[in-house]
Amino acid sequence: MVLSFAPARQRFDTADLRTPLIDEVGTLDRVSRLTKRSIKNDAKIEGLRLTLSMIDLTTLEGADTPGKVRQLCAKARHLHDGAHSEAKMPIELPHVAAVCVYPSLVGVAKAELEGTNIAVASVATAFPSGQAPIDAKLTDTRSAVEQGADEIDMVISRGRFLSGDEPYAFDEIATIKEACGSAHLKVILETGELGTLDRVRRASDLAMHAGADFIKTSTGKVQPAATLPVTLVMLEAIRDFYYDTGKRIGMKPAGGISKAKLALQYLVMLRETLGEDWMTPTLFRFGASSLANDVLLQLAKQATGRYQSPDYFSVD
Amino acid sequence: MSTDSTQSSSLEQPSVADGAEPETQRLGVLKTYKLFVGGKFPRTESGRYDPLAAPSGDLIANVSRGSRKDFREAVVAARAAQSGWAGRSAYNRGQILYRIAEVLEGRKAQFREELELCGLSSEDASSEVAHAIDTWVHYAGWCDKFQQLFSTVNPVASSHFNFTLLEPTGVVAIVAAEEGGLAGLTAALAPAIASGNTCIALASERFPLSAITFGEVLHTSDVPAGVVNLLTGRRSELIEHIASHLDVNAVVSYDPDPDRRKRLQEEAVHNVKRVILREPGHGPSPYAILDTTEAKTTWHPIGT
Repeated sequence: MVLSFAPARQRFDTADLRTPLIDEVGTLDRVSRLTKRSIKNDAKIEGLRLTLSMIDLTTLEGADTPGKVRQLCAKARHLHDGAHSEAKMPIELPHVAAVCVYPSLVGVAKAELEGTNIAVASVATAFPSGQAPIDAKLTDTRSAVEQGADEIDMVISRGRFLSGDEPYAFDEIATIKEACGSAHLKVILETGELGTLDRVRRASDLAMHAGADFIKTSTGKVQPAATLPVTLVMLEAIRDFYYDTGKRIGMKPAGGISKAKLALQYLVMLRETLGEDWMTPTLFRFGASSLANDVLLQLAKQATGRYQSPDYFSVD
Repeated sequence: MSTDSTQSSSLEQPSVADGAEPETQRLGVLKTYKLFVGGKFPRTESGRYDPLAAPSGDLIANVSRGSRKDFREAVVAARAAQSGWAGRSAYNRGQILYRIAEVLEGRKAQFREELELCGLSSEDASSEVAHAIDTWVHYAGWCDKFQQLFSTVNPVASSHFNFTLLEPTGVVAIVAAEEGGLAGLTAALAPAIASGNTCIALASERFPLSAITFGEVLHTSDVPAGVVNLLTGRRSELIEHIASHLDVNAVVSYDPDPDRRKRLQEEAVHNVKRVILREPGHGPSPYAILDTTEAKTTWHPIGT
């Protein structure tokens, strides 16, 4: 792929960006083989711990209150203290990567997580639809950054992208990236609204060239959310981008990943597509709310040999 | 449905016309009996099957040898179905239990045939099936009546209205009686689901056929998926996992083996499961419903 990175401010022509076509049947076939890997106990425990450390603990409801966010932050700091003697966790647990909230609650989360290594992520740019003028999106982003958000999860303008206005989608991402300053930018493609794997690949390429630090599948508000095939296509886009530019872009599947088993399948796919360099919370995240508890249940099962009950774990 | 090969060949003897080719014997189609979990009939995750032989030594069928993972899946299904089932009105649960009896009545012949294949005499098989149907009708009636019988208004020395109600225990694992495949299973299942529990039952090792065929009855009689889950397999292998699973709230066992009974009680301590050890052969009784319920007492202040 030939790309000329023109001097700053010179318009990048999206028409010059070549994107390979995706073989959908081949992708599905590859995914189905990746989900059948046998994972032995030691690897499983390590995989589960890695999963915990990659979770962006998320609450994105209209009904979110400062109390709810404080409670989520408490969960992020203390995943499982094991008050019940049977559920004591003999395995050392990592903390989650970040807490993800709406911009209006960034301040609350930031204050709660002071002194920890847990980042605060905020969705922005008229999440989840992205249907707002660019000024409003910029204000949204800047306000989240000012309140202390370490990471910004933006949504692309799917309407513009789908109607063929790729330069608009590209420029928008680049503009938001500028507004983020030092905060990391995750770009949500909302793959459930893109329709085909070809468009997923195209949107991934656009987002990475426009300056995304992470590309993310979904808002979690649209079905289907994250799926394995979509994630594989995005991981391959990240790989090709790395070969072209030498830059490592992160990946975040989000929405619908609530079981530890599924999370391990994502890790297998990550390992076999991008290799060990990407097996870290700085380059891979899970956007999830109920995944953490299922991983804890499975870890406790591995440690005690007994199948666990959610009765002995916190509700959220 | 499964039929013994000698029987089917005698039924389907091809007529031989004069001068026709030599007769060919039809090969009976043996059924692989699968599990019944979450309203579906999955094969065992383990891929293991035990051949089941008639007393004559002839192979009758292949029966799934359920594994601990099958049991785990069944607990997930039972847990998911529990609140919905307990939330049904008592009257509606009664209707559904009665529906089980109705559908069972319509399939009497198949159950009789399967029990006979496993070695019961024709009379015993008939009476066992009839007994099972009557048991379902019995407990169908109790669904909306046991609460009136067992709940109490308690006299207390303060200005409170104090009353005790029964709630289902939750997810109940059942180790069915070894004798009497259908009646034994019914005697264990019916009182447990009558009050709103959901069940995972491990069928008799000697008479597993009627258990899985009973799954087909449940499948067609308005019982929500996951309320009853039926496993076949070896109790020696599964008892420990049944006893130790923390998301199982009670175990009802008809297994007479003293070692396994001990193991069950020891492993059940981890989440203080209710362990109910029963001897087979008791007739239906509302007190069996009481075993898998929890009493909840409420103190309601009243004015003077």
